[in-house]
Amino acid sequence: MATFTREEIEHLADLARIALTDEEITRMQSELNAVADAIDEVQKVATDDVPPTANPVPLEAYLRPDVAVTPLTQEEALAGAPATDQGMFVAPQILGE
Amino acid sequence: MSNAELVKLSAAQMAEKIRSKEVSSRELTQAHLDVIEAAEPTVNAFLHVSGKEALAQADAFDKKLAAGDTEGLPELAGVPIAIKDMIVTKGIPTTAASKILEGWVPPYDATVIEKIKAAGMPILGKTNLDEFAQGSSTEHSAFGNTHNPWDATRVPGGSGGGSASAVGSYEAPLALGTDTGGSIRQPGAFTGTVGVKPTYGGVSRYGAIAMASSLDQIGPCARTVLDTALLHEVIGGNDRRDSTSIPAPVPPVAAAAREGLKRDLKGVRVGLIKEIGGEGFEAGVAARFNEAVKLLESMGAEVKEVSLPHLPYSLSAYYIIMPSEVSSNLARYDGMRYGLRVMPPAGVPQTSANMMAYTREAGFGDEVKRRIILGTYALSAGYYDAWYGSAQKVRTLVIDDFNKAFEQVDVLVSPTAPSTAFHFGEKTSDPLSMYLGDVATIPANMAGVPAMSIPCGLSDNGMPVGFQFFAPQRHDEAMYKPAAALEAALEEQWGGNILTKMATPWLNA
Repeated sequence: MATFTREEIEHLADLARIALTDEEITRMQSELNAVADAIDEVQKVATDDVPPTANPVPLEAYLRPDVAVTPLTQEEALAGAPATDQGMFVAPQILGE
Repeated sequence: MSNAELVKLSAAQMAEKIRSKEVSSRELTQAHLDVIEAAEPTVNAFLHVSGKEALAQADAFDKKLAAGDTEGLPELAGVPIAIKDMIVTKGIPTTAASKILEGWVPPYDATVIEKIKAAGMPILGKTNLDEFAQGSSTEHSAFGNTHNPWDATRVPGGSGGGSASAVGSYEAPLALGTDTGGSIRQPGAFTGTVGVKPTYGGVSRYGAIAMASSLDQIGPCARTVLDTALLHEVIGGNDRRDSTSIPAPVPPVAAAAREGLKRDLKGVRVGLIKEIGGEGFEAGVAARFNEAVKLLESMGAEVKEVSLPHLPYSLSAYYIIMPSEVSSNLARYDGMRYGLRVMPPAGVPQTSANMMAYTREAGFGDEVKRRIILGTYALSAGYYDAWYGSAQKVRTLVIDDFNKAFEQVDVLVSPTAPSTAFHFGEKTSDPLSMYLGDVATIPANMAGVPAMSIPCGLSDNGMPVGFQFFAPQRHDEAMYKPAAALEAALEEQWGGNILTKMATPWLNA
């Protein structure tokens, strides 16, 4: 059975970029362990001879017609941004110190 | 005709009154805006009411109608509609009921919204949901609970509780929902309304905020089977902007619904799913379901039990696939390009990575965080094959089960949910029991098959019970015929739509 330790949840939160509080980590640990039982159930029937399905309705891949369409204007694309400067998104510093 | 009588008509009847010029689209839209004003203190179905825009759309349609310029428009032209706030609307705030998108005004319309607008259907507003459609009660909305119009102390179901309550309380004759594990059908069952999840790929998902991309599907909500069929035809069909969109026209669902109203089901083979029901299903739900099956038989349907042996595994597989895809899709909410940005507190380096972590901590609710963390685990190196890969194998087995079942029968049936609408707070402390409520609806998403819920009576507690039909992929019409027949037979017993049994004090104001 899969079990989640506190450290594991902290690591996952870091990977998922969520600054969980201590209290949230404690609560999540018990809840996740309950859901993690799902994996045991699934592995009972997910044997080697069964192929996986990604899209339930398989379709042939196709190319769309090469027709030009009008995209969003720069102003529209930036309209919801938390911070902009001279028509660009402003991000906080990317590297550390 | 009084406003209270007008809003109780079916959408098809409203459309008829518009065509015969007994009522204008503006009058009809205003009547619904009045109901919204009177009912919202009780039901709280809307996150945003777009009254001004709706009336302008209605006026534009009325002008077209007066000029005789409505050739080629769908039957529902001029009838107003509510939209689940999981679907983007240009110029109208769209939040997915999350703080992370609070105040966001999308710069484009979803394909279904373009189609609704082209059909001259005024948009009344955006309806409440569980945050990012993650939940089964609408209690996970960041902006408050929606109440069940039958009993305001109970949940309306979820995630599309807002759309179902809006339709059930006569605030809107029609609504759009999204269904990833039952989010259209289960709220339909809980509110005595009709909800349809079309075949995966049958309705474009372009502009539907992505939750779990291999499961998500937009679909119609209404008070009658025919109304859902007419709306299904407005929104369905191929869209090149959605790579999973089926390159074929919408199946003839409205014709099938009309055929069903004749109540002749001779030659229709109905399969009772052996694996859905029994333990865990409330007695009142089972009783109404069994009575409805008898009614199908009395109209000539051949009923037999069919086994789909892998169905019991679909719930577990769903709770691996869904959070995995959630964790990927919700990675886009990073405080960079739109939505909330929260900078780290003093003393923490003011980097982009920290900004993302504090933004997502502040912007997402508990349920969303739980699913992102679980999905991050299931997709991480070393676990991917065992988790996501295994769950995708179960999906193959479930699809095979449906294929084999549909060799023997034309439609499958089950109760939509094990229970009727529960009280607020009853299941929030135990996510697993909330998840178990989706046991009957999830298989359709896993297999990509169409399914719908219609009301089949009231349980011992006076709350509506849902009856679910499943049809083969790309044959959505197959379920509309028996559904419409059953609805007609039940309404004859009830002396009208099931909602006539519901008290509507807000309509007498």
